[in-house]
Amino acid sequence: MPLSPDPYNLIISGIGGQGNILLSRLVGRLMFRAGYQVSIGETFGAAQRGGGVFSGVRISSKRLYGPIVPQGAGNMIISLEPLEALRMISQYGNPGVKALVNSEGIHPVAVLSQKASYPSDEAMSAAIHKATDQAWLFNATKIALELDAPIAVNIVMLGGLVATGALPLDADEVADEVKASVPPHLAELNLTAYRRGMEAVAGA
Amino acid sequence: MAAIDKYEPGTSHFLLGNEAIARGALERGVNFVTGYPGTPSSEIVPALAQCTQKGKLHAEWSTNELAAVEGAAAAATAGLLSLSAMKNAGLSLALDFITHLSYTGLGPKGGACLMVVCDDPHGHSSGDETDSRWLARFATAPMVEPMTGQQAVELVKYAFDISQKHSAFVFYRGYTRLSHASNPITMGELPTDAPKASSDSSVSLNPYLSIDKHQDLLAKMEAIRAEFEQCPFNTYQGPQKPELVVVASGAGHLAAAEALETLGLEERVGLLSLATIWPLPTAWVMEHLKNTSQVLVLEEVDPFMETAVKEALVDNGLGTVAVYGKGSGHIPMTGEMTPDRALTALARIFDLKAPARDEAYERLVQQEVAPLVISRGLSWCAGCPHRASFWALDKAIKADARDAYVTGEIGCSTLDVFPEGKAQIKLLHSMGSGTGTAAGLGQLKPFGYTQPVVAVCGDSSFFHSSVPRLINAVYNQADMLQIILDNSATAMTGFQPHPGTGNTAENTPAPRLDVAKVCRSIGCEVTIADPFEVRATTKVMRELMGKPGVQVLILRRACELVRMKAAKSHPFRITIDQEKCKGTECAVCSRDFRCPALYLDPATGKTAFKEQICSGCGVCVEICPFKAISKQEND
Repeated sequence: MPLSPDPYNLIISGIGGQGNILLSRLVGRLMFRAGYQVSIGETFGAAQRGGGVFSGVRISSKRLYGPIVPQGAGNMIISLEPLEALRMISQYGNPGVKALVNSEGIHPVAVLSQKASYPSDEAMSAAIHKATDQAWLFNATKIALELDAPIAVNIVMLGGLVATGALPLDADEVADEVKASVPPHLAELNLTAYRRGMEAVAGA
Repeated sequence: MAAIDKYEPGTSHFLLGNEAIARGALERGVNFVTGYPGTPSSEIVPALAQCTQKGKLHAEWSTNELAAVEGAAAAATAGLLSLSAMKNAGLSLALDFITHLSYTGLGPKGGACLMVVCDDPHGHSSGDETDSRWLARFATAPMVEPMTGQQAVELVKYAFDISQKHSAFVFYRGYTRLSHASNPITMGELPTDAPKASSDSSVSLNPYLSIDKHQDLLAKMEAIRAEFEQCPFNTYQGPQKPELVVVASGAGHLAAAEALETLGLEERVGLLSLATIWPLPTAWVMEHLKNTSQVLVLEEVDPFMETAVKEALVDNGLGTVAVYGKGSGHIPMTGEMTPDRALTALARIFDLKAPARDEAYERLVQQEVAPLVISRGLSWCAGCPHRASFWALDKAIKADARDAYVTGEIGCSTLDVFPEGKAQIKLLHSMGSGTGTAAGLGQLKPFGYTQPVVAVCGDSSFFHSSVPRLINAVYNQADMLQIILDNSATAMTGFQPHPGTGNTAENTPAPRLDVAKVCRSIGCEVTIADPFEVRATTKVMRELMGKPGVQVLILRRACELVRMKAAKSHPFRITIDQEKCKGTECAVCSRDFRCPALYLDPATGKTAFKEQICSGCGVCVEICPFKAISKQEND
């Protein structure tokens, strides 16, 4: 299936420990299996310690692209945290960019030390909507906590991504991949997280 | 993720660049693997350690990079295929051995050895972005560098072939955007034969008669250059008579291809991509450059290829060819090679307009998005013992009031110098350097130096390279306090085991070296404390600070992430008494201690905590000056 645009640049951002790398690899595997060339560029290491982390997932039906997304060339930004969504928009945004954002904020340490103030939910939401062609904001953390699985935020977001229809992803194939990617005793929980994410975005 | 030996030949799987390097080594039959963790190289050894088989493949975390390369080189002299992996900083430590290994070669047993070094252009996870490619020239050794994940697999096999054929170790260079990029990789066959190791005692491998050996080495490098002239991984795409040739290596290759596509220059510009980066396959390169009048070199950090290309052009009577790159200012001297940088340079040379962001959108971003984007500085995790250790150190130094001076080194303790740390460390360079620099300062009394000197190191660093420096301090009778933050892990790079943890890279039991016993055997006075007993730790720091001789204080408390992996539950439930909490008037726990789980709730003006971040360590109970925080043991 042709992609529009090609290469399609997906940015997945969040805070170290939120499962952002697993999410990017899941999407990468799914798109590769669907016949596309995929490169994922990640930053980790020191960035894990409370810092912002992001992966660039570059998908193409033409050829292999390098892992670095050019500035201003993001097509979809998935962010597990709203401030990080804004950081990615300022770097990779353009009038056609879409964004799928977990609205639950995580305060940087600079906010705790009172050197900076964290923007209000309303200000972040307004800016995200203004600077994107289409945006979906929902509280994925709340869903994950309701399932007693805060670590499943990334899978909730994956459900959200499928519901946006931004990528040619088949809902059942994605569910199979989720099941195959987690230990068997966590399969049902993750599938629930996945479905709840889909419903949240489909109903938004 | 499955162990990399479980993938069937012919199937494709998503592998991290470092896993692709490991898979290539496995497909070529690597037997002996060593290394020391360091981003972005850390995943190579664990990927291979998951596949070890007695008598076929051994993989270890070595105490440091010097021990790692020595072990790997020795295995190659005994006829095995060996690989040692490290980051650029680690290679510096190993150079003394490596420069001599060039002279001796690997001996007559038919072994082969790859020294895998991963650089970190832009210093994403490093104190510097030092370009280790120069070390190939420095050590007179061949170096190869892949451009894609799939090529990473194939190039490992090629490099082993070169090493085996020429009895020379080969540098294999990785970089962040290869090592930490994931691509679909097609698997090759895995060998089944088991090697037999033995040493040939009829020959002596030593560098002496060094002039002769140096000459032999230079001849060997020419033979390797001749092989590189034929290397199938060096490619040229483009017209016969290009207006310009881009010479690219590593990350430069895909960046160049994308920029040429975006600017529509593919019919006008040639792309010459090199996987063998030292020695330069000069004849092959000149064959392509003689057809053009302009060259643009795309590479990360230093002008390494650019220098080699300029030298070769001059040597071959092509000195009039214009060379663009770092020297001409078309490519910055620092940071990564990105598609944007390649695009900007090409657009400038061809006088084209580089695509830019829509102007109205750019204004929107600058006015409405950018002002909201506050920085997210790095910090210790919730429950990290280091936060408590540095908190205590701060209190002790203030109470001591003699302007104690703290030296530090690399690891999670380094976060102290970041904006959200406690800003105690004032001198910090390399692994274990806190101990070496403190030993120097601790001998300055005759020069009027009166400040107490405190060195900080981690437990992995202690074994890595602090020990000989501590011996130096004892031998030369420095006055200093060495604090060892013993969190039972090489935490910053991903909790790899080390000689103090009692297990190996292959997850088998190992003798557990006791940090305290090692220090005592050297002649240090040793005190052990728990950093979570903050007041007691502060007191003992004050007592030891400025005492004569080399004092050692071990602050022992497991890394919270290591503890969580084992325990899976929180030790304590935390409650905050909203009556006792002074909130904004105090804010010691959030503003000063900066536990990421604690924050001032703007609605109540009191401290609240985020349950999903809190690790339940309970140290905040000791921090609160008003006893507003309490802890209950979890069932």
